[in-house]
Amino acid sequence: MGLTRRDFLKTSIAASTAATVGMPLSKTAEAAVKQAEAGWQWDKAVCRFCGTGCGIMVATQGGKIVATKGDPDAPVNRGLNCVKGYFLGKIMYGADRLTQPLLRMTNGKFDKKGKFVPVSWDQALDVMVEKFMAAYKEKGPHGVAIFGSGQWTVPEGYVGAKLWKAGFRSNNIDPNARHCMASAVAAFMQTFGIDEPAGNYDDIETTDTAVLWGANMAEMHPILWSRITNRRLTHKDMVVVNLSTYGNMSSDIADIEIVFRPSGDLAIQNYIAREIVKRNAVNWDFVHKHAVFATGPYDIGYGFRPAKADQFNSAKEMEVVKNEQAHVIDKWEAIAQRKQEGEVVKQSNILGAKPAADWAISFEDFAKALEPYDLDFVTAVAKGNPDEADAEFKAKLQKLADLYCDPKRKVVSYWTMGFNQHQRGTWVNEQCYMNHLLLGKQSMPGNGAFSLTGQPSACGTAREVGTFSHRLPADMVVNVKKHRDTAEKVWKLPANTLNPAIGSHYVKIMRDLEDGTVKWAMVQVNNPWQNTSNLNHWIKAAREMDNFIVCCDAYPTVSAKVADLVLPAAMIYEKWGFYGNAERRTQCWRQQVPPPGQAKGDLWILLEMAKRIKLKDVWGEQKVPGLKEAGFEDGKLPSVLDEAMKMGYKADMSLYEALFATPDNKQSYKWPDAVAKGHANHIAETLKDGWFPEKAMFEEYRKFGSGHGHDLAPFDVYYRDDVRGLKWPVVEKEGKWTETRWRFNEDYDPYVKKGAGIEFYGNNGKSMVVGDLDKPGDGSKKVDISGKAKIYFRPYASPVEQPDKEFNLWLCTGRVLEHWHSGSMTRRVPELHRAVPAAVCWMHPKDAESRGLKRNDLIWVESRRGKVKVRVETGGRNRVPRGLVYVPWFDEGVLINKVTLDSTCPISKETDFKKCSVKVYKA
Amino acid sequence: MAEANVTRRDFLVKLAQGTSLAATGAFLWAHLLRQEARAQPYALRPPGALSELDFNAMCIKCGQCVTACPYDTLKLAPAGGGIPIGTPHFTPRKVPCYLCPDIPCMNACPTGALSPELKNINDSRMGLAVIDIENCLSWKGLRCEICHRECPLKGKAITLETHPRQLSKHAMFVPLVHSDACTGCGICERACPTQEAAIRILPHNLVQGKIGEHYRLGWTFETEITQDFKPAAPAAPAAPAEVPKQAPGMDYLNQGL
Repeated sequence: MGLTRRDFLKTSIAASTAATVGMPLSKTAEAAVKQAEAGWQWDKAVCRFCGTGCGIMVATQGGKIVATKGDPDAPVNRGLNCVKGYFLGKIMYGADRLTQPLLRMTNGKFDKKGKFVPVSWDQALDVMVEKFMAAYKEKGPHGVAIFGSGQWTVPEGYVGAKLWKAGFRSNNIDPNARHCMASAVAAFMQTFGIDEPAGNYDDIETTDTAVLWGANMAEMHPILWSRITNRRLTHKDMVVVNLSTYGNMSSDIADIEIVFRPSGDLAIQNYIAREIVKRNAVNWDFVHKHAVFATGPYDIGYGFRPAKADQFNSAKEMEVVKNEQAHVIDKWEAIAQRKQEGEVVKQSNILGAKPAADWAISFEDFAKALEPYDLDFVTAVAKGNPDEADAEFKAKLQKLADLYCDPKRKVVSYWTMGFNQHQRGTWVNEQCYMNHLLLGKQSMPGNGAFSLTGQPSACGTAREVGTFSHRLPADMVVNVKKHRDTAEKVWKLPANTLNPAIGSHYVKIMRDLEDGTVKWAMVQVNNPWQNTSNLNHWIKAAREMDNFIVCCDAYPTVSAKVADLVLPAAMIYEKWGFYGNAERRTQCWRQQVPPPGQAKGDLWILLEMAKRIKLKDVWGEQKVPGLKEAGFEDGKLPSVLDEAMKMGYKADMSLYEALFATPDNKQSYKWPDAVAKGHANHIAETLKDGWFPEKAMFEEYRKFGSGHGHDLAPFDVYYRDDVRGLKWPVVEKEGKWTETRWRFNEDYDPYVKKGAGIEFYGNNGKSMVVGDLDKPGDGSKKVDISGKAKIYFRPYASPVEQPDKEFNLWLCTGRVLEHWHSGSMTRRVPELHRAVPAAVCWMHPKDAESRGLKRNDLIWVESRRGKVKVRVETGGRNRVPRGLVYVPWFDEGVLINKVTLDSTCPISKETDFKKCSVKVYKA
Repeated sequence: MAEANVTRRDFLVKLAQGTSLAATGAFLWAHLLRQEARAQPYALRPPGALSELDFNAMCIKCGQCVTACPYDTLKLAPAGGGIPIGTPHFTPRKVPCYLCPDIPCMNACPTGALSPELKNINDSRMGLAVIDIENCLSWKGLRCEICHRECPLKGKAITLETHPRQLSKHAMFVPLVHSDACTGCGICERACPTQEAAIRILPHNLVQGKIGEHYRLGWTFETEITQDFKPAAPAAPAAPAEVPKQAPGMDYLNQGL
């Protein structure tokens, strides 16, 4: 050691030069390279893809990105990238990049059935707003909606949320992060009272054990995986366990691979908890000081359309939906939930958008609930590979329990979509905390349950800014008066401007389009008509219902295809932005190149929309069907125009002037700004109002979190040459902006009371009703949970649709390393497209053989909802057990979401893309 | 679409046959064939192809393997290209061999130039993948490894070796090719994302070295080691020889000092 990076590079360069003396670069060639790079300008930025948040350096020349490299100073990736990151420089230059607004027209007029025709921005925005106001007038604030994104920049998400919530008084804003992180969020909020992980990536270099629960990090978080692998290679005690419903690349490094049956993870977690109790491994000092036992109702449903399901679902689909309406307890649930097999349980705790209530229980009740989860039962319900012997599976489970229970062993549990996209996603997240809290292995270096994020700013934008149908910035929610009051104060709004009724979550917006409740919808930075399950319904709803859909995108996606208006969007390095990664690290970049043609940033599109709508259009009395809240007339939002006049607003003022380009913002945040170092800002320069929208919005947004455990540093701090992102809360200590590495831990977190050691301060001031295992009690007895986290008992529950005689295989969907999400960017990089041109269906060779299929055969994968054609793969990177097939969703030529089931975790409203039943036959 | 492909393929086959026959007299044709058979070492042949000399002798340039290939992988060599004219070959970077389990090209071969001895497509040895470790992204520490994931014999023909990178806290995942399993299908070469492929298929004889027959590696068990240290079977007793007129060494010894 002691060798610096530069020393090392120097020596290794010398070595490789010596090794290649046979063919040296000629002097002229060398000079030519130097000259070609002479005009390059490098700047720091962030990778566009996953939640890892790798640092990038971008080189530009003549308005083009000429090269990128991994940022050697970025602590996340130290100069490395995965192969997607390697091609960052090419994603903006696909041949079919959208550069002009396109509107469906016939004879020069908008026509829902017309063909796309190029139009000017003015015409596009005018038609868009005219359609918006028509829907708004007819249906009220909840007749319009926006599909936002965990790939929105922080300022974009903030402007989207403020425009919708404060401007339009609509909570119908929900990001694709709903499909990705909502279960993690719900579990964080229920367990800790505050969102996002306690730990950070440095846990990898300090732990002894990495347990993967439904996270194929080898492919989905490639750079973090190289850190885990390095730890495995260099730390002799390091053990890696991979739990999944199929064998994948992460198993190659793993010491133990556990293949479990879909939803079997619920049972395995309880087995571990039972072992912790049985082996006296509970860390009682920790539990007494920092935790409280809790549970909640089991009859929470499966997240189907709550009313009139039969009106919109086919008879085949109803075969599954009826399982929610009257759920018959199966033999496993009878044991797991202490019920009778065959008992019919009406799912009566389907509580709309409100998380099902919970209550405190005693440790004795908690232990009693765990009792059925012994090794035999859990093996019977959870073993996923029919070709594995019971004894082998049992030995692995015991070994897993050994690892968790060993008091000297540090453990980090990682998960992503395997937990989150789960009919009991919130529960299974909470079970993971259950085990870490029981053991006292939480919020310490190398110890903790760590929820990895999928998207580059699922944390930074979707969650922290609060671009969900129920959220406000900094973990506040719309249905709590105190939170609305705070937001109204920061946003300088008249009282009761904000709508207290929770809006439609992502899947519900689709259902609203189908039943005509929503008549206008906008899409930004995501691809809803490829990423939402049970697609056939939503494609039909978009094209055949009387509605207007606006799709902002850089490329013609499936969602653009079903839209009525397509707006050309600027891509990542064509605008300013911030992303926040999975370890709470907020990182930024400047605009590097101008957008092509007429393309504009999403922020600009939102602001231009705000310019065209006046306060009097939206701040008068509005109808909101279903609104019921103290201080509000049922079904109505009051007019706040009079109050607004008193505050100095004018009825004819545009939302742009009232909410965004305020005199204050124009005065305080001027463009140009020295922080730009000469970089352009096409949004500020096109608005021509002399203000710097990204900076103004970021600084306003900061006000929400400062002093509340979500503190961010000032805008300019992130742009300093020597800063590579900062993990919030970032507080000023002795004049220095200091990040927080481990939250809730006194040694690191400034919010923890001195002497507390560990403090889960998110629950400060809260209390819980005390009850028994089955019911909450009458509320007479309450327990204060200040400073404490909840240890939930959550039972095993069977998947709502399971393979049967006709649809006899499980279908699991997911991703591949080479492609990002719906492939709209990576499939435009010729090299990545060449490497993995199409989705395939991974299938066990025996399952293929028994169906008369061989590798590369074209097959139909069909469910009760739809079917797609795809090629069979019996080898390759995934080793599925008999009885399960796996299809990635990046390929618009294989729209696998036509097949998947739109069942969600009823608490988080996140879709389960990981299990439904299908049949497979030759095409 | 499928139909159009067949037509185009038929056309190409006919074209290759046609040009060769029409544009050259029989004498010149034979000359070209000999020249190219001597000159070319680079052709990648369809699965089951005999060794290059035998293949060139057996292949009647009928193009039936090309017609049978469902992926348009195989082409007939045009004149003057360094490969015997009219013989089938493929260029993996353009279209690799997708390893059809039923091996339609071999089954279409009327002469056995593509040997019917090949029963399992995974036993075919069309060439060998070679990695340019100086330009391979994975060998530089990037998380690429596309060749490994796309390899139809992943884990056998291409494996990943992990080791610490020293430069940072990230491990390296370096792909290695194993000739005992590599079919030479070229799916890796096709998929390699670098500007020029950093993994390529080459004929075995251009790549593989050979350890001398006189030596065996001490730590492998490929040859059985007898542990009883008894003498080997004696050589057959030599017939009593007459005294020769010349004997080894005598020339030197008789040269004088």
